[in-house]
Amino acid sequence: MQKWADNRAWFLILPVFLVVAFSAIIPLMTVVNYSVQDILGPGMSVFVGSEWYKEVLHNPRLHDALFRQLTFSFCVLAIEIPLGVGVALTLPRKKGVWASTCLVLLALPLLIPWNVVGTIWVMFSRPDIGLAGVTLNEIFHFPYNYTADPLHSWLTVLVMDVWHWTPLIVLLGYAGLQAIPEAYYQAAKIDGASRFAVFRYIQLPKMRGVLLIALLLRFMDSFMIYTEPFVLTGGGPGNSTTFLSQFLTRLAVGQFDVGPAAAFSLIYFLIVLLFCFVFYTTIVNLGKGEAQ
Amino acid sequence: MCCLEGLWLGKPRFCASWPDLTGLPGGGVLMDGKDVTGMSVRQRSVAMVYQQFINYPSLSVYKNIASPLKIAGTAKDEIDRRVQEAARMLHIEHLLDRLPSELSGGQQQRCAIARALVKRVELLLLDEPLVNLDYKLREELREELQQIFERRESIVVYTTTEPTEALMLGGHIIVMHEGRILQHGPTAEVYLNPATTKVAEVFSDPPINFVPAKVENGTVRLGREQVIPQQGRLAGLEPGEYRFGVRSNRLFLGDDGVRTVRFDGPVGLSEINGSETFIHFTYEDVPLVAQEDGVHQRGVGDTVSVYLDPNDFYVFGASGELIVSPARAD
Amino acid sequence: MARIDLNEIAHSYKPNPQGPDDYALKRIHTTWDDGGAYALLGPSGCGKTTMLNIISGLLEPSQGQILYDGKDVSKLPPEKRNIAQVFQFPVLYDTMTVYENLAFPLKNRKVPKDEIHKRVLEIAEILDLSPDLNKKAAGLSADAKQKISLGRGLVRSDVAAILFDEPLTVIDPHLKWQLRRKLKEIHKRFKLTLIYVTHDQVEAMTFADKIVVMYEGELVQIGTPEELFENPEHTFVGYFIGSPGMNLMECTVSGGVARAAGMDIPVSGVGTRRAEEASGKQKVEVGIRPMYLDVREPDAEGLPARIINVEDLGSAKIVTLEFGDTTVKARVPEDKALPAEECKLFFPPEKTKVFIDGRLAK
Repeated sequence: MQKWADNRAWFLILPVFLVVAFSAIIPLMTVVNYSVQDILGPGMSVFVGSEWYKEVLHNPRLHDALFRQLTFSFCVLAIEIPLGVGVALTLPRKKGVWASTCLVLLALPLLIPWNVVGTIWVMFSRPDIGLAGVTLNEIFHFPYNYTADPLHSWLTVLVMDVWHWTPLIVLLGYAGLQAIPEAYYQAAKIDGASRFAVFRYIQLPKMRGVLLIALLLRFMDSFMIYTEPFVLTGGGPGNSTTFLSQFLTRLAVGQFDVGPAAAFSLIYFLIVLLFCFVFYTTIVNLGKGEAQ
Repeated sequence: MCCLEGLWLGKPRFCASWPDLTGLPGGGVLMDGKDVTGMSVRQRSVAMVYQQFINYPSLSVYKNIASPLKIAGTAKDEIDRRVQEAARMLHIEHLLDRLPSELSGGQQQRCAIARALVKRVELLLLDEPLVNLDYKLREELREELQQIFERRESIVVYTTTEPTEALMLGGHIIVMHEGRILQHGPTAEVYLNPATTKVAEVFSDPPINFVPAKVENGTVRLGREQVIPQQGRLAGLEPGEYRFGVRSNRLFLGDDGVRTVRFDGPVGLSEINGSETFIHFTYEDVPLVAQEDGVHQRGVGDTVSVYLDPNDFYVFGASGELIVSPARAD
Repeated sequence: MARIDLNEIAHSYKPNPQGPDDYALKRIHTTWDDGGAYALLGPSGCGKTTMLNIISGLLEPSQGQILYDGKDVSKLPPEKRNIAQVFQFPVLYDTMTVYENLAFPLKNRKVPKDEIHKRVLEIAEILDLSPDLNKKAAGLSADAKQKISLGRGLVRSDVAAILFDEPLTVIDPHLKWQLRRKLKEIHKRFKLTLIYVTHDQVEAMTFADKIVVMYEGELVQIGTPEELFENPEHTFVGYFIGSPGMNLMECTVSGGVARAAGMDIPVSGVGTRRAEEASGKQKVEVGIRPMYLDVREPDAEGLPARIINVEDLGSAKIVTLEFGDTTVKARVPEDKALPAEECKLFFPPEKTKVFIDGRLAK
C-alpha cells in the first residue's frame, strides 16, 4: 500500500534516537575504544590493536570462569523451569482467595533486592548461627561450611538463585495455564485423556510461548549473576564461585586492567547475544515445525 | 449509498480509506469539492461504526455517546439534548448510566451507532455493523437503521455482504469484488439488471442459479437434456452458448401453465431461513437452489421438481455480460 | 447410541435457591429419541448451555435425573457417559497431526492399533480429511479444524450422542452451508443422537428434525420446524421463529371475535372458549404470522388498514401497516401488486392463534 509521505514524522523518533545514543551506543563505543589501547597513564595511551583480545581469550582463568558459568546457568535452568512449571500446575486453576494467596506468597522473593537476598542467605547458611547451617551440622551431622568448601559455596549460590527466581517461572507458567480455555480440558475429559496426556498435549504446548520467555530471561540473568556470590563469599573460596562478571569486575576494578577488561566486556556481551540468538531461533523454529 | 461485496477482500479497505484510516492507493477523495485525501481523520466530518462493538469500556453509555461532542467543545446543555435525542432514536435511553460491559451485544452496537449519529457528520460510514449480532437483533436493527438513515441528511456508506441488507437500505449501491468496482447505480436497478454474472452472484442470496444453455435451430437446450422452443424474450438470441441465470425466488414448485421449464433432481439440503425454505438440489450435476415460502422439511435425497417461466431467465453471454433480463410483473 | 430421558431436571447455580428466579433451568421433563437430530434453540441466557453441560456431565443438576437408555448417569463424569462434544471454537491438540488427533480418543481407550488405523481412515474419508491426515492440525482452516473435532467423536464406536455447542460460530459464512450438509449426511449415515445448541434459527431449523425452544430457563416447545412455524405453542416461539416474527396484539375474546387494537378479528378453534374465560383476568393475545396476513384491495372483504412502509427484500416484500392503534407486518410475494395506501387486511381464521399468558389457548 502506498502512503502519502510526510517527512516530519522523522522528528518524532528523534528523542528515542538520542536516548538510545546516550544510554547504549556512546558507552559501548567508549568500551570499544579502551579495548584497543593500552593506557599507561593520564594522557598516555598506545594503540595495541587486537592484543587485549588475544590475551583475554588465552587466559586459562577466564576459561575456568566460563565453564563454571555455563555449568551454573545450565543447572539454574534445569532446576528452575521444571520446578516452576510443576508448582504452577499444582496451583488452583479457578480464580479465588486461594489462588491469590498462593501467588502473593510465591511472589515475595521476587520483591527482595539481590544484595538483601545474599545477606539473608549468608545469615541463613552460617554454620555457627544460621538456621540451615546449624540444622545440617548439628542435626544431620553433615559438615556444611560454605566458606570453606568450594562445592558447598557453589551449591549455596545455586539454591539461592532457585529460591529467588523460581517464583518468576511459576507466575509466568500460571499465566500461561490461565490462558487455556476451559473447553480444552472438557474435550480432553471427553476423549478420556490421562492427566499426563493433558499435560503433554494441552498444557505444555499452550505454555510454550511463556516458557520461552522465561527461559530467555533466566538464562540472561543467571549468566550475569554477580551480587549473590559477591555477598556470600566474594567469589571464593578459591575461585569456586567466580563467575564471569566476578572475573570481569576483578579485572577492571580490582586490578584496573582497563584494556583487557574492555576487551573481555565486549566478548562477554557477544557471548550473551549469541546464546540468546541461538536459544531464540531454535525454540521458535521448534514451534514452527510443530505448527505446520 | 451502500457497498456490497461477495468476498471480504477489498471492501473493508475501501470503507477505511474514506476516513483515511489507511492510505489511498491512488486518486483522491473529495468532500464538497474539497480534497481531503491528506487530511487527518479528526479534521474530516466523518463518523464510523465497525463490525466489532467499539465503545470506551470505562465510560457510561451517556459519556460514550457524548464523547465526540465533548471533543468538539459543544455546550453542555446542547450535548445533553443531542445525546438524549440519539439515545431515544436507538431505544437505549434507559441504559444511559450503564457501562458498555453491562450491555448485550445489540445494545453495545446501538451505543456505538448513537455515538456516530450524535456528531451530525457529513459522512457516516458503517462497516458491516450487524454482522456480529444475533439473528433476531439483526432483523430489528436493520429496519431501524433504514428509518434512521432516511431522516438524515448526511451521506451514509454502508458495507455489507448481505444482499438483503443492501436492498432494504435502498439508495445507491456499489458492488465490489476483489478490490474492483463491478457495477454501481440505484440499488433496485442493479438488483434487477446485474451487468455480469459476477454481480448477479454477489448480489443474490441464496446464490443465483446458472444453467448452461445452447441456442440452435430455433430451440434452446438447457443443460444436457431439456430442449425448449426459442420464443418470448429469448427470441432475439443469436445461436451460440449462453449462461442462463435465475434467482431462487423465480423457481416454483407448482406448474401454472406458463412455467414450461422444469428442473428436477435429488435434494441436498433444505435450508430454513426465517419464513422461507431454500431447497438445494442438483439437476444434471448443476447445483440449484429454489425458494419456497413457509417452513418445509425435505429429506436428503428426495426428488424435487421445480418449474419456471422461460421469460424469467437472465441471459448472460459466454464472457458473462448481461444480454436479456426478465420483465418485472409490476 | 442412546435415548436420553431428562427426568424432572432443574438447576440453580446458587447453593440455596429460594424462588423460581434463582433457577437457571426450571423443571424440565422430556425424552429425546435414539438417533434423533435435536437443536436446542434460544436467545443467550435462556439456559441452553446449562442444559448441554448437564447432558454432557460437566455439570451435575441440582435436582432430577438424566437417563441414557434408561440408565441413570446423573452422577457420572463426562468420560464415562460415551458422549462427544464439538465446541464453539475448534479444540485440537496442536502438536499432533490430524491422524493423531483422530486416533487420540481411541488410544486413550486402549483400542488395538490396527483397529484404530481402520477407524481413523474410515472417518477421515467421510469427513474429506484424508489428504490432510499427516499435516499438523494447527495449520488447517477453521472448518477443517471443526471437522477434526467432530471426527474425534465419530471415531469412537461406543459414542452415544454428539453434542454441538454453536459449532459454526467461527466458520466463514459461505462454508457454513457445506458443513451443515456434512452434518446432515453424517446423521443419516450413523443414526447418532445429535444435540445442537444455537441461537441461530436458520442453523437450528436446517440441522434438526426436532427443535427444542428454550426461553428463560424453560422448555417452551419441542417440535419439527414446520410445527414451530405453523403452530407455535408460545408467543416466544411465534416471535423467535420466522422472519419477521409473529404479529402479536393484546386482546379480549368474546363471541368468536378477538378485539385487539380497536378491531374485531374473528377467531375459531378449540382455544376460543378458554380464551373467552381468561379475557380480562389473564393476558390474552392474538397472533398471526406475517406470511398469512392477506393484504387486499380497499374494496375487498377484511379489516381496514393503511400501508406505511414497504421493504423489498428481493425475494419478498415486508409491508408495515397501520392497523387500528398499532402496527402489523405482512410478508407478501415479490410479484404481488399492492394497493396504494388504504387497504383491507384479512386474517385467515385457521392461521390466527390465541395465546393466554404466553401459551397457546387449547
